[in-house]
Amino acid sequence: MSEESKAEKFLELFSKGKEFTEELLKENQRLRYRLAALETESSVGSSRDEVDRLRAEVQQLAEENRHMAQRFREVEEENKDFASRYIEIEEQNNNLANLYVASYQLHSTLDFKEVVQIVQEIIINLVGAESFAILLLDEKTNELKTIASEGGDVMPGVESISTRLGEGVLGQVARTGESYYINQDVEGGRVTIEKPLAAVPLKIKEHVIGLIVIYKLLQQKDAFTAVDYELFSLLAAHAATAIFSSKLYSQSERKLNTIQSFLDLLTTN
Amino acid sequence: MSLDNANFLVVEDSPTMRQLISFSLKRFKGAKIIEAVDGVDALKKLSGPDRIDLILTDINMPVMDGLKLVSLVRQNAQLKAIPIIIITTEGAEEDRERGLALGANAYISKPIQSSHLIKTISDLLAAA
Repeated sequence: MSEESKAEKFLELFSKGKEFTEELLKENQRLRYRLAALETESSVGSSRDEVDRLRAEVQQLAEENRHMAQRFREVEEENKDFASRYIEIEEQNNNLANLYVASYQLHSTLDFKEVVQIVQEIIINLVGAESFAILLLDEKTNELKTIASEGGDVMPGVESISTRLGEGVLGQVARTGESYYINQDVEGGRVTIEKPLAAVPLKIKEHVIGLIVIYKLLQQKDAFTAVDYELFSLLAAHAATAIFSSKLYSQSERKLNTIQSFLDLLTTN
Repeated sequence: MSLDNANFLVVEDSPTMRQLISFSLKRFKGAKIIEAVDGVDALKKLSGPDRIDLILTDINMPVMDGLKLVSLVRQNAQLKAIPIIIITTEGAEEDRERGLALGANAYISKPIQSSHLIKTISDLLAAA
């Protein structure tokens, strides 16, 4: 083979090598693009998963939040309920303390005047009355008469009430044994000696021995509260037994003194 | 000052009210209650051996009324810092203003609510 044909062959071989190399480079380039595209596609896919996961998490948190808000509202309601019950219990506690002290005081003595004085103190300080009267029933004459009163300046005549059993509001309360409270709407709230703000019977079981009659409350007390009615009745019951027993005691003391004097007279003669 | 072991002076001519107030004061742990029947009796108790942390006084009392007592306590160098609560049936605004002007720290109208009394006392003792 001549030198010339050898050179041509080499040149041809070289050209083929060059073409092959160029093809390889192109393929390489193409594969790199493909790889990059595949990598991008894979990354987008994983972000989507992450978004879905986060979305689910947010939804779960929102649900929890809603649940917590609901629970918070429930607890708040319970708290309000507890607070109002606490106030109610405080009030009841206060009333029980009042009743305890009042009954303790009422039964602490057998002196009639002292008992009446204590009843007056209770009516002023616990019930909050400015003008009132305590009436006792004379069973012989069937007459109700004032034995103690307060606030004659605001309700003249309160110190000398005298009414018969069954007559008028006071007489009816004494006869029926049912408490009377003025109806502000129907009766216009006009208080008179015959038509008081309230009249509560002093009862021992069903036996009425007298009345507590209220004509005016203290300036700072607008009206009777719901618990006042119950408290007032309970106080009246205690007051009734205290007044009755002290009255019996003073009568028996008087009788005893008379008998003793009589005996002394007999023995000395 | 602490709400525990406080010494209270209750000045009231009505035994029922004295007992009722004392009953409420027993809610304070270790409370000692000293009772006086009028202003003069209260001044005697104030000059006695017991330290008094708070005075609760009525207005209408025989011998010396509550307003005179408040005024005398506030003029006394040793006693003037003691908190005073007036508890009275006098509910008019001018009565309240007069009591507070004389130096009372609080004014409560009867009939008293135990919870209100306890809160007033707690606030005054905490601030003392």
